[in-house]
Amino acid sequence: MSTLEIKNLHVSVETDDGAKEILRGVDLTIKSGEVHAIMGPNGSGKSTLAYSIAGHPKYTVTDGEVLLDGENILELTVDERARAGLFLAMQYPVEVPGVSVANFLRTAKTAIDGEAPKLRTWVKDVNSALERVTLDPTFAQRSVNEGFSGGEKKRHEIAQLELLNPKFAVLDETDSGLDIDALRVVSEGVNRYTSQGDRGLLLITHYTRILQYIQPDYVHVFVAGKLAESGGRELAEQLESEGYDKYVKAAAAL
Amino acid sequence: MTATVENVANALELEHVESHLHPEPSYDLAAHPVPSGLEEIWRFTPLKRLRGLFDGAASDAHLSWENDLPEGVTLGELSTEEAKALSVSAPFDRLGALAVANAGGAVLLDIPANAELDRPVRLTMRGDAADTLVWGHVVIRVGAHAKATVLVDHVGSATYDAFTQVVVGDGAKLDLVSLNDWEDDAVHAEQINLRAGRDSEVRVFEFSLGGDLVRTSLNVDYAGPGGSVDLLGVYFADAGQHIEHRQFVDHTAPKTRSNVEYKGALQGQDAHTVWIGNVLIRKVAEGIETFEQNDNLVLTDGAKADSVPNLEIETGDIAGAGHASTTGRFDDQHLFYLQSRGIEETEARRLVVHGFFNDIIRRIGVEDLQERLISAIEDELATVVGRLES
Repeated sequence: MSTLEIKNLHVSVETDDGAKEILRGVDLTIKSGEVHAIMGPNGSGKSTLAYSIAGHPKYTVTDGEVLLDGENILELTVDERARAGLFLAMQYPVEVPGVSVANFLRTAKTAIDGEAPKLRTWVKDVNSALERVTLDPTFAQRSVNEGFSGGEKKRHEIAQLELLNPKFAVLDETDSGLDIDALRVVSEGVNRYTSQGDRGLLLITHYTRILQYIQPDYVHVFVAGKLAESGGRELAEQLESEGYDKYVKAAAAL
Repeated sequence: MTATVENVANALELEHVESHLHPEPSYDLAAHPVPSGLEEIWRFTPLKRLRGLFDGAASDAHLSWENDLPEGVTLGELSTEEAKALSVSAPFDRLGALAVANAGGAVLLDIPANAELDRPVRLTMRGDAADTLVWGHVVIRVGAHAKATVLVDHVGSATYDAFTQVVVGDGAKLDLVSLNDWEDDAVHAEQINLRAGRDSEVRVFEFSLGGDLVRTSLNVDYAGPGGSVDLLGVYFADAGQHIEHRQFVDHTAPKTRSNVEYKGALQGQDAHTVWIGNVLIRKVAEGIETFEQNDNLVLTDGAKADSVPNLEIETGDIAGAGHASTTGRFDDQHLFYLQSRGIEETEARRLVVHGFFNDIIRRIGVEDLQERLISAIEDELATVVGRLES
């Protein structure tokens, strides 16, 4: 049983006009076995939340903490956070020329587990993880994300999620830009991960579409750098019919 | 006889192109005055570190050669006059002309027409001491429709100036790999002039890792249409090292192709690399394709990469022409992505550098050499980025 607690998180980025605050006090607690969906309009700071948890150097935490089982992970490096059990599936996975998927996955798995995976089973594990997200095993020999289509990049992220099997996963708009087949493949991968029962998921999305495939236990509306409202699945349905208008107006009125 | 007629016709057809980027080729020393260092082709080279090569002092010293020759391949000799008569450009600079004038004849590697070699030709050239002055003149002749890989490995130490002529026959396929893996105190200047036959396919790889100063100038032209040439390079400069690679691709025939890709990493105080990529597309060279690219990865402060692509175009009918040059530090996005999967920063940097070079190295197709290069890069990286704990 693990807990990821985000407490009063304030984050800013450097701009030409000086520091700009993007996150303005985010509070959220996720426990193992829970699926949380964060929904919000463009520019609300959803991705900033994802990258800040992962430790991207572009974002400066000015206040608050993120605790993983009581330990403040904001003091850890990016790789230490991953080894502590966090995973970020990125909206725009990065191309790394010349580094093969096979080499990348083996290096990551070795880092996360603290020991090299058993050769006998590892190749099989990689191939079946790729196949489950309908990527041909030849992808293992290609450079990481290089020349992959948008959908292939997202499916590669989900293959990594399954192979690395973190305590908590943050999916940053993994559904955006996917056609319905790819969306189904990705969702099935995410559901295999959560169905273990002891994993936590933070699903960041702009659209309600993916929630037809992945059932959230909690839905949060994210506007202007903080949570505007939290509820159950019914909140997603309400957003589907009413949109974000009333939350955006309320935030603007403050 | 036919070949001579064609060459004359070719020569008549080619108009003189005046340019400061590429001097007129000549074997005559008087045509290449001792440089002041301000000339376009010398301005990046620290002339003082050439250890008096420009004095042109006589020397009988040689590098010691170890050869592994597949069946049918021979090593012989050519007189200087015979070598000069070969159908390939004369030296473009004084160092090239000095090597010819002082070497007293050329070593000839002959790969006969139609030969298909079952393994690479391997020539290992070893120098015994940094202050030994050696003049080299080498001819590599690949007959029509032959298929060969030639590995030239420079090791040990010397003050070495060489002129290498490569004549690639019509329809031949040649992979020429030149590895500059010298000790830290070597000085190596070399001019490699290559003429690609009609419909030939040539790949030249240059790998420069060791030496105090390495300066190569690789000049390519085409004996007829349809020739395809890839010039591929990898270099890694440490503190104080000067590594300079110059290419001049002279598109002297229509429907020819050239592709230049050099990748370098630099680390340490006063590590200096120079890449100059010149491409000339002559009036006669219609429908050609060319691209040149140089990427530099600067790993520490105090290192300097010069990178200059030049494209001169004399015809309006080109299938494709372009160039690109990048010089930068590690890409933060690469490192973030790898680290976000648990990979430590040191290891992430190693992966990125390996990936950067692997793109070229994996194309050699000679496994033991690929492994040697990867492990050499590993050793270079260990000094700054840190060694992998495994």
